[in-house]
Amino acid sequence: MRHIISVLVENEAGALSRLVGLFSQRNYNIETLNVAPTEDVTLSRLTLTTYGDEHKIEQITKQLNKLIEVVKVVDLSEGSHIERELMLIKLKAVGAARAEIKRTADIFRAQVVDVTATTYTIQIAGATDKLDGFIEALSENTILEVVRSGVLGVARGEKVLSI
Amino acid sequence: MDTSDKQTASRSSDKKTELLSGGDMLIRALADEGVEYVFGYPGGAVLHIYDAMFRQDKVQHILVRHEQAAGHMADAYSRSTGKTGVVLVTSGPGATNTVTPIATAYMDSIPMVVISGQVPSHLIGEDAFQETDMIGVSRPIVKHSFQVRHASEIPGIVKKAFYIAASGRPGPVVIDIPKNVTNPAEKFPYEYPEKVKMRSYLPPGRGHAGQIRKAIDELLVAKRPVIYSGGGVVQGNASHHLTELAHLLNYPVTNTLMGLGAFPGTDPQFVGMLGMHGTYEANMVMHHADLILCIGARFDDRVTNNPAKFCPDAKIIHIDIDPATISKTIMAHIPIVGAVEPVLAEMLTQLKQLGVSKPNPTEIGNWWAQINEWRKRHGLRYEPAAPGEMKPQQVVEALYRVTDGKAIITSDVGQHQMFAALYYKYDEPRQWINSGGLGTMGVGLPYAMGCKLAFPERDVVCITGEGSIQMNIQELSTCLQYNLPVKILCLNNRSLGMVKQWQDMQYEGRHSSSYMESLPDFVKLVEAYGHIGMKITDPSQLESKLAEAMAMKDRLVYLDVYVDPKEHVYPMQIAQQSMRDMWLKKGERT
Repeated sequence: MRHIISVLVENEAGALSRLVGLFSQRNYNIETLNVAPTEDVTLSRLTLTTYGDEHKIEQITKQLNKLIEVVKVVDLSEGSHIERELMLIKLKAVGAARAEIKRTADIFRAQVVDVTATTYTIQIAGATDKLDGFIEALSENTILEVVRSGVLGVARGEKVLSI
Repeated sequence: MDTSDKQTASRSSDKKTELLSGGDMLIRALADEGVEYVFGYPGGAVLHIYDAMFRQDKVQHILVRHEQAAGHMADAYSRSTGKTGVVLVTSGPGATNTVTPIATAYMDSIPMVVISGQVPSHLIGEDAFQETDMIGVSRPIVKHSFQVRHASEIPGIVKKAFYIAASGRPGPVVIDIPKNVTNPAEKFPYEYPEKVKMRSYLPPGRGHAGQIRKAIDELLVAKRPVIYSGGGVVQGNASHHLTELAHLLNYPVTNTLMGLGAFPGTDPQFVGMLGMHGTYEANMVMHHADLILCIGARFDDRVTNNPAKFCPDAKIIHIDIDPATISKTIMAHIPIVGAVEPVLAEMLTQLKQLGVSKPNPTEIGNWWAQINEWRKRHGLRYEPAAPGEMKPQQVVEALYRVTDGKAIITSDVGQHQMFAALYYKYDEPRQWINSGGLGTMGVGLPYAMGCKLAFPERDVVCITGEGSIQMNIQELSTCLQYNLPVKILCLNNRSLGMVKQWQDMQYEGRHSSSYMESLPDFVKLVEAYGHIGMKITDPSQLESKLAEAMAMKDRLVYLDVYVDPKEHVYPMQIAQQSMRDMWLKKGERT
């Protein structure tokens, strides 16, 4: 099963390599990975998606917690949560395709953020399957480039991940 | 800031803060941490630090002949005393030579602080002379690591490093120090922190009283219980509690390779080591148990054999300081996260409140009757040697008699390690020093040296083989320099015994690279290093020569004992089977 794990970690040099190294060292897989500082500059928040049975995920969270710089770990998939991923997609857009691409983007509530005579760059945010669906819907066109942020997530309601 | 912090702050502001260079700060911080010995080897990137070392007398430096040995000595100093071992090496090759000892300490959870020099900050990343990314190289084998950015960080980092290394589940910590940070011309105020607090690191505490109560409920209804204890009891200084608990309950005790000595090896309740080369009775007890009380052990693959066939009837109570160890390979029914010492203390208190003493006498009596049957079946018997020859087992037994079971024994890795674990009886924790997790050949001599330095009055014997000893034999020179009269008992079988045993058993006797075809004359070699060598080939001389060697208290003696090269270690579990499936001797299995 797919899990979204969020980690609060000391914003220190080397902390990220320790976290990522743990996954290769212990043969865990990382599907997506996102990391950036939080509102507290001393902390970074790292969000990753991984696959595994309950036992594997339990080991992953325990091993993450063992890292000295890790302050808190939460498996967002355990409760109700919101997940988002941002994607920028650059397509070849000439002739009739220009209107068709724009229509598809509207249906997915995506925005065209850059235009040239022959290309569109479209921005879309949503859950991973929505982004996958958007790529699928555009598959008739020539996709020049796809950039995805990796999954971000937050628990629903009053639950927060903070110190 | 709470009141205690204010007091600390006002106290420290009264002190006149000294100005020190980074190099001096480091050595002063080690002294303030109570460090007696630093094991190391100098080089370019640490010359400022070595100069600071020279200008003081609180911390003594032990100069080895290879950095690997410095790491193993510090590790053994820690294993034998419980204090944190300290290593100091230069950048590049100096640092990478400590990778094996760091990994060895990591696998066995030994507290160690390794200080590595680094090229000056402005050269980092430029492939400078003797530059290695030591933080990167050591990352998977350390509990934590620090790179110092500025001299003023040194006292705080040293304090944190020692705290992290020794607390919780202990482990090695690396401090990487660029040379410019130790520049003697740049001085900063020095103040050693009194305490350390980290929001991201809180070692587990005493264990949950409710879980302990649940464990007791299970313990008291068990009909075929066993206490399986490991290195955590030694590391956690909880041997006395373990012994008291076992006696109170009258349950059998088995120890892991790392846990030997945590429960007295001569106690009638001790059924021996368990696992791949465990005793027949220990593995049978485990397999048939209905309750396993695991204390500070980790169900490692050399213990469990096939996890899917592991102890089918047993409920498992698992006490460990590291939550990640619990239910990692074998699911625990009752997990107890906490330091072993307070958890066992609480368990004993609750048992005494309940007035428990030797519960279920009938069932436990039947269980002991069964165990004693198993003991009769094997009991570590081995085929006697042919006339004029010696079995390695009998050499270890002779050493046990000659040393009255009182010596600190270190070992290398291989057949001799198993013979030393099985045929010498360890009555005290920290009496048996070996590389259990990583299985590092070459540790034996530096381990003996680290122990002898810590306990100069005690007999320290390194039981080794002619393969392992050659992996760090250069340290004979260090032994002379620092007067470390350890004894080296080499079970010389002219081959890499354990490799050969596996080749005999699984590769139809094809001995691929398991022979040592050009062995040195060890007696001459040892004499060249300034010590005494004895070659023993006649079994009738074994005990008298051993006694003679042990009587030379102030000399290092190397005993080169020729043993049967064909001997195998038994019992040996049959791979991928359960605990009870074992070879008992050549051609005889359970």
